[in-house]
Amino acid sequence: ASVYRDFVNYKQVLAKIYAGYALTGQQGPAGDPDILGGDEGFSSYLRQYWQLQELPTDEAVIGWGDVGLSDLHEMDWTPNNQFITAMFARIFYQVSLTNEFIRETTDAKLEERGITGANLELAKEYRAEARFLRALSYWHALDLFGSVPFVTEEDEVGAFFPEQISREELFNYIESELLAIEDELVPARQNEYGRADQAAAWTLLTKLYLNAEVYTGEERYADAVTYAEKVIGAGYELEENYENLFLADNNTADGIIFAIAFDGLRTQTYGGTTYLVHAPVGGSMDPAEFGIDGGWSGLRTTEQIVDLFPTTTGVIDERAMFYTEGQAEVINDITDFTDGYPITKYRNVTSTGEVGSHPGRVFVDTDFPMFRLADVYLMYAEAVLRGGGGDVGMALELVNALRERAYNDDVAGRISANELTLDFILDERARELSWEAQRRTDLIRFNKFTTDNYLWAWKGGVPTGTAVPEFREIYPIPTADILANPNLEQNPGY
Amino acid sequence: REYDEASSTMATSSSRVETERSPLQGNVVRGTVVGENGTPLPGVTVVLKGTTRGTATGVNGDFTLAVPAEGGTLVFSYIGYEPQEVPIDGREQIDVVLSTDVEALEEVVVVGYGTQKKSDLTGSVTAVGEEDFQEGNITTPEQLIAGKVAGVQITPSGGAPGAGSQIRIRGGASLNASNDPLIVIDGVPVDNNGISGTANPLSLINPNDIESFNILKDASATAIYGSRASNGVIIITTKKGRAGDKFKVTLNSLASISQLRDQVDVLQGDEFREAVNRYATPANRELLGEANTDWQDLIFRDAISHDHNLSVSGSISEVPYRVSVGHLSQEGILLTSELERTTGSLSLSPQFFDESLRVNLNLKGIYAENRFANEGAIGAAVVFDPTQPVYQDNEFGGYFEWVDENGLLNTLAPRNPLSMLEQRDDRSEVLRSIGSLQLDYSMPFVDGLRANLNLGYDVSESEGQVILPPTLASVYTQGGSINEYEQEKVNKLLDFYLNYTQDYEEIDSRVDLTAGYSYQKFTNEIPPFATLNFVGDTITRAPNPIETNNVLVSFFGRLNYVFKEKYLLTATVRRDGSSRFSPDNRWGTFPALALAWRIIEEPFLEAQTVFSDLKIRGGYGITGQQDIGGFYPYLPRYVYSNVEGSYLLGDTYYRTLRPQGYDVNIKWEETETWNAGIDFGLFNNKLTGSLEYYFKQTDDLLSQIPVPAGSNLTNRLFTNVGSIENEGVEAVLNYYAVSNENINWELGFNATYNRNEITNLSRVQDDAAVGIQVGGIGGGVGNTIQIHTVGYPTFSYYVYKQVYDDNGRPIEGLYADLNDDGAITDEDLYRFEDPTPDWYLGFTSQFSYKKWSLGFVLRGAFNNYVYNNIKANAFYNNLDWNGYLLTIPTYVRDFGFLGVNDPNRQYSDYFVENASFVRMDNINLGYNFDNLLDDRVNVRVTASGQNVFIITDYDGLDPEVTGGIDNNFYPRPRIWSLGVQLEFQ
Repeated sequence: ASVYRDFVNYKQVLAKIYAGYALTGQQGPAGDPDILGGDEGFSSYLRQYWQLQELPTDEAVIGWGDVGLSDLHEMDWTPNNQFITAMFARIFYQVSLTNEFIRETTDAKLEERGITGANLELAKEYRAEARFLRALSYWHALDLFGSVPFVTEEDEVGAFFPEQISREELFNYIESELLAIEDELVPARQNEYGRADQAAAWTLLTKLYLNAEVYTGEERYADAVTYAEKVIGAGYELEENYENLFLADNNTADGIIFAIAFDGLRTQTYGGTTYLVHAPVGGSMDPAEFGIDGGWSGLRTTEQIVDLFPTTTGVIDERAMFYTEGQAEVINDITDFTDGYPITKYRNVTSTGEVGSHPGRVFVDTDFPMFRLADVYLMYAEAVLRGGGGDVGMALELVNALRERAYNDDVAGRISANELTLDFILDERARELSWEAQRRTDLIRFNKFTTDNYLWAWKGGVPTGTAVPEFREIYPIPTADILANPNLEQNPGY
Repeated sequence: REYDEASSTMATSSSRVETERSPLQGNVVRGTVVGENGTPLPGVTVVLKGTTRGTATGVNGDFTLAVPAEGGTLVFSYIGYEPQEVPIDGREQIDVVLSTDVEALEEVVVVGYGTQKKSDLTGSVTAVGEEDFQEGNITTPEQLIAGKVAGVQITPSGGAPGAGSQIRIRGGASLNASNDPLIVIDGVPVDNNGISGTANPLSLINPNDIESFNILKDASATAIYGSRASNGVIIITTKKGRAGDKFKVTLNSLASISQLRDQVDVLQGDEFREAVNRYATPANRELLGEANTDWQDLIFRDAISHDHNLSVSGSISEVPYRVSVGHLSQEGILLTSELERTTGSLSLSPQFFDESLRVNLNLKGIYAENRFANEGAIGAAVVFDPTQPVYQDNEFGGYFEWVDENGLLNTLAPRNPLSMLEQRDDRSEVLRSIGSLQLDYSMPFVDGLRANLNLGYDVSESEGQVILPPTLASVYTQGGSINEYEQEKVNKLLDFYLNYTQDYEEIDSRVDLTAGYSYQKFTNEIPPFATLNFVGDTITRAPNPIETNNVLVSFFGRLNYVFKEKYLLTATVRRDGSSRFSPDNRWGTFPALALAWRIIEEPFLEAQTVFSDLKIRGGYGITGQQDIGGFYPYLPRYVYSNVEGSYLLGDTYYRTLRPQGYDVNIKWEETETWNAGIDFGLFNNKLTGSLEYYFKQTDDLLSQIPVPAGSNLTNRLFTNVGSIENEGVEAVLNYYAVSNENINWELGFNATYNRNEITNLSRVQDDAAVGIQVGGIGGGVGNTIQIHTVGYPTFSYYVYKQVYDDNGRPIEGLYADLNDDGAITDEDLYRFEDPTPDWYLGFTSQFSYKKWSLGFVLRGAFNNYVYNNIKANAFYNNLDWNGYLLTIPTYVRDFGFLGVNDPNRQYSDYFVENASFVRMDNINLGYNFDNLLDDRVNVRVTASGQNVFIITDYDGLDPEVTGGIDNNFYPRPRIWSLGVQLEFQ
């Protein structure tokens, strides 16, 4: 396309790929959507990824009557579910976007267009980042859907039927892509804000290896340790104040490896963090404290998450961010906002108390921390405990670094070596990373997602919780896609 | 012998006449009246000219009438025949042969690129002239023919001033592409897309300037319009001066009052308080107020409108002309909505060079000022808590609003309906002009050859501004909002054709051959504007400007061949090129062929007297469709985001560039149509009618389908896939019940049966396919209630099967487990009925007695189903929200749903209702004061009522719902009008 003749345009095309995680189309907040069918804000990449990772777990319930939403709590979703359909479409939209960019920035094409010198170097960085983002989305596909259609830059845009790739092959492809671009990406912490660097690729590799047994049946904990070590050794620091990681100026917070950026004036969406800030506000909560015009009265958490903390307020562990006034801890009626505690983590207010930039206070400035250093610490510790080698002492130190921060540098938060168990890690992940779109993957890795090893309120649609069939560990391929592509075989059980 | 008996009967009656008229002391005239073929004509009116004395012929066509001794003239008149005047000249026996009314037979119908005699038609064409238009306060042209034409369904979209209608001719041929017919105004095809700042582009045509509608329904009639013809064609012809017309001035004035017909009954007063105290949380019970406010009553009004039209027509030195001006001032029944429209038109039709060059110039100009009401207030008024006061001392302009304990606005609550209207200033100004210059030249050296050039344009310019003050609750936080918009649309047309018409008497044949070329270009420009707040801060930056254009180039030809005046053939072909498709697929060919046989002309029917007209017709053709919304669907393109869609990399926000999804192979949608019809006239055309069957199949359906994930740059693509069928029967009957000198009574009846079915929707056949879900409903974001599925009608409702108790009351939360898996999931949804009526019909009566006239139009539809979205939101748990209360419709008493933890409730088939109806669309009474001031002035006074009553079992306000989802649309008012028409010549 002629757009690639002028190098100035390259970065705008690259920005589109990054924006694919934050925005829903070419008109913010809505109006010229990337994918069709259903509401734009509803189908936002991040909002759907978050919902599919959180709503079927103990971390979140949502009280709205939108069709298919309650099926996510009840874990009885079908292949027609609009949210699952939207997620699948978003993932493959990102794959298509990245393929297009990679196809248009091959060495041959760059040369043909006379892109040389510094521009050529930049173009190669962009291409490596596009490959990283494709790997990221394929990882989401691998984790959520298992075996999916497979397309690369080798396939031209058109109307063909992509082949389905097995989960193992997809795992291998993602791994090979990340390893291939490892050295092409900008070194850790050297890239511009918002763009992926080597540490982002390492973090993704760590996640891939940590969950390898789920994906392929083969343990790769040693590799997880290796890549977590690379991130840890890259010179990141933990953000001193945990709360600052989720505020309107969290672009200045430490310890965020890769973030999805939002802005109240220039990156507007009804999905993303706009959703995460608004949806848990309701009841007697004051929207002004969240820097917004009003809450959406939707999200709360279950009593099981509340019980992981010493108290419901942050006086001991500052990560206990619950709103309790006028709220019942136990959920009797999911549709009633005052049943269950909302988590007050995401806010459109800066660390100095300023409200975000949007004059209407609808769209927020808060970025979403996709990869955080704390997550890598916990992954390192877990990989070590799961027999991946590494240093148990270092694992304990890393976990305690998080604990001390949570306890306001109070040593009372520290744990001893014998307290560092896998179960502790899972609970600590819930405390540290709650509502950060990690929970479903974690519960599956600990074999607690579908089984009766762990029951939480409303699991399987029952107030006291019940086990559901194991096939629900992966989502179905949406009916629309099964129909559109005869090469696809539905996931077992659906 | 028979003759004798008959004449003796007549003699008796005539002797009575004679007795009455005895003072005149005259003779008696006898005679018989026969038709051209010698058959006696019964029922012919015989009147002594200038008197009221008269009689009618008997079964054998004979009559007897007392006449004065000297002088006198008899006038013989009969429907379908030319009236005849015969001076008595003292004769006692007068036998008369009446000839058939050539004008009736020669009635000319406008078809694409020319006209045709009605008797020569082979396709399905219906002409509706001025005399058959609906009367009353009609502000948009298509309303003139609502209920008048079989196979044409006109559904007004609502009651807003100037609001348009959904027009469907024989069902929709498409699924996602346009289903609107092509509309051609004085030879200029206009585009169907909206014009910013107007409720409906057709409302920019003054109905008073319209002379006729010609509706082309089947492919043999429409194929001449090729790629835009699949949904039928409506040709609108405006009034013109005629050669030889005398100077004439016509003034029409109409004043109307529009009233809300009905409102949604909701829980109010004590009943509401009781329900809140029973079902709401203790905290929310505290929210109950003291007032008794009827919110619906507050937002509606009795609205006044007037419409004045003045036209002058005649000929100045052989140049026929017509000039008209019109002014319409219409208030909507929803507060603040109004339309002011000024129209002007000029038509000149001079002829030059011995009438060999005929020129037709038509210019129309329109200036409209709209003020739009926030129609969201309608829904808000239905649900707003009736115990709250209208006004309150606050920062929201003094209107009550729901706030939290800190005085902050509750953003989820509905806004004060009255404030939504009164604090919104949403106005537009629209200028539009449509014009054409037609030159028709009869070539001097070749007899019967004409060349016709038509140059036309349709341009519009609109601008508008929406001002929302900072005190309006919805924009309170951002400090108000000021937004502007503009649009400029240009449509340019050039048509050229040659027509050759010749009679070959030696072989009893007539040939009418047309071949032509057409070029049309549409451009559309929308400049961008930022949205500001009241202190001048930018709320939304200016988006990207929009500039699009598309071009259609066509070649067309038509042959009409008539053999022995009874065997008719029409063959047409059009080749269209559209800029919407790639050069490889750009061209499409659309042929059609039709045959007709005028059986009535056959010798074996000469002897009978029952049939006065009989014709059978059959046709087949292929038409196309290219109006798919987008303009460049085949091109790989990159588009910029707006500023609000930027993304931060480093410290710079980049407006992003997105590669668009595309389909290089996209091409025409094709509809094949078969049509068979019979036209008949009985008893000397006292009863006429037609019966028609059609079958339409659209292939290569331009539909938006899911593409295989990863294969394109979108998840859904407009592409050619799938098929849809429409099949139907149309019947029309017109009956002259009475036709004599004093009384005329004409009845018209039309009925249409139509069914449609999707026969394919995907590239891969899969019986397990659920389909494409459509039809968004209120009560949850992204929720849909309809579905397109193979084997079912389009827009079928996709719902749970409600379970009822023994008393027939629905059991809350209980649905049939259709797949028997023990759980209610979306796999238990089933397809239940659809919004399109199986039958729709129109019934018209026009009665006149002397100078009085009385007419009405009844319109009905059967087995059209409607999802009652308002009823679906009627459940007790819906009273109680986070920090505010809502009221609910009273029909909740019938089923008493609580609505706790049941997300499936709104998908119950209980809310899909049969909305069959019969509506008194129009009733009007008129009186003529003829021949005043020495025959120079005619005055007609009319009174009319529109939307007078509806007979239906549907529970909602109005059973006629475009799209089939009833969710608080602008109610259609009941309108009473008084009009006066003054003709001066």
